[in-house]
Amino acid sequence: MTGHDWPLWEVFVRAKGGLAHRHVGSVHAPDEEMALHHARDTYTRRMEGVSLWVVKSNDIVASDPDEAGQTFEPARDKVYRHPTFYEIPDEVKHI
Amino acid sequence: MSSPPIIDKKDVAAAKARDGKDEGAFDAPVTRERDQASVDYLLELGDDALILGQRLGEWCGHAPSVEVDLSLANMGLDLIGQATNWLGAAAECLDGKDADALAFHRDVLDFKNCLMVEQPNGDFAQTMARQFLFSTWQHMLLERLTGSSDQQVREIAAKSVKEVAYHRELASDWVIRLGDGTEESARRMADGLDWNWRFIPELFEVTKEREELIERGIAADPREFEDDYRAALANILAEAQLEAPADQRPILGGRRGHHSEHLGHLLAVMQFLPRTYPDAKW
Repeated sequence: MTGHDWPLWEVFVRAKGGLAHRHVGSVHAPDEEMALHHARDTYTRRMEGVSLWVVKSNDIVASDPDEAGQTFEPARDKVYRHPTFYEIPDEVKHI
Repeated sequence: MSSPPIIDKKDVAAAKARDGKDEGAFDAPVTRERDQASVDYLLELGDDALILGQRLGEWCGHAPSVEVDLSLANMGLDLIGQATNWLGAAAECLDGKDADALAFHRDVLDFKNCLMVEQPNGDFAQTMARQFLFSTWQHMLLERLTGSSDQQVREIAAKSVKEVAYHRELASDWVIRLGDGTEESARRMADGLDWNWRFIPELFEVTKEREELIERGIAADPREFEDDYRAALANILAEAQLEAPADQRPILGGRRGHHSEHLGHLLAVMQFLPRTYPDAKW
């Protein structure tokens, strides 16, 4: 048993209630239960979290870096998509 | 030589107040009222945790994977933290001692840990078999000690029981995975259980002095949960597709200082530094 034949799992930690789970890293583990144990032992030793997610790295569908151009660049010159053209009345706070 | 010092009245008042506060600072250390049987119990609880913590620490850098390395180190550190609390409580009753003195300046015959925790790590399966057998017992014991009539015992147990619940779950999961794994992992787990099985009866031994401590509500009676313990083992072993090892001649004596040769070697490593460099500081 070396750990090298164990699948890789991505680990997400919720730091406190109300916040979203954030990706913190990955662990190797033989199955989902052990993946949670390993995630707990590796990433929440210093009280970093209140909730843990693990998901098999293989199950994550990622965008293709070679297609970054067509995926992301079209948005670059469309500043009108940012809500910056509205006048906000002074009375409205917290925006 | 020189004129008498000019004494300011304010200084005198301040000195008086200060001296008043310091009164008794050099008296003998505060000694809590505990009898020998209670102190022995704290030493047993502390030594179990300390020795197993040290054993788990031996895996540091040698575990099958970095994740398992961290799991074992975490468990070891939990246990050493628990030992600090138990031995600290015992030390309060022993003049001039602290938890470090008890951990590093006692010899083999003075240690009261059960024999199971001093057993060598063997392979990963043997380590996990030992952890499974011990953590299951320790968890059941601590659950009961959260209701001890001794407040300090209650508080330390309440803090430790959550850590040990996790140790028990993790070790059980490994027993299941190795037992219900490959032919080799099942054989290794069966061997690991076989090695440690004969040390189970010691966990349920109750001496006359202990009987009295149980009656006073300070100690928990392990005999009350022996059936639950055996059932818990049977459940996990069934899930792991493993047969329980045949009962062997039980080996007792750790609580009275009769240890296997393994403990001396463990202590030599653990105690070397503080004994060689008594003034060493972090």
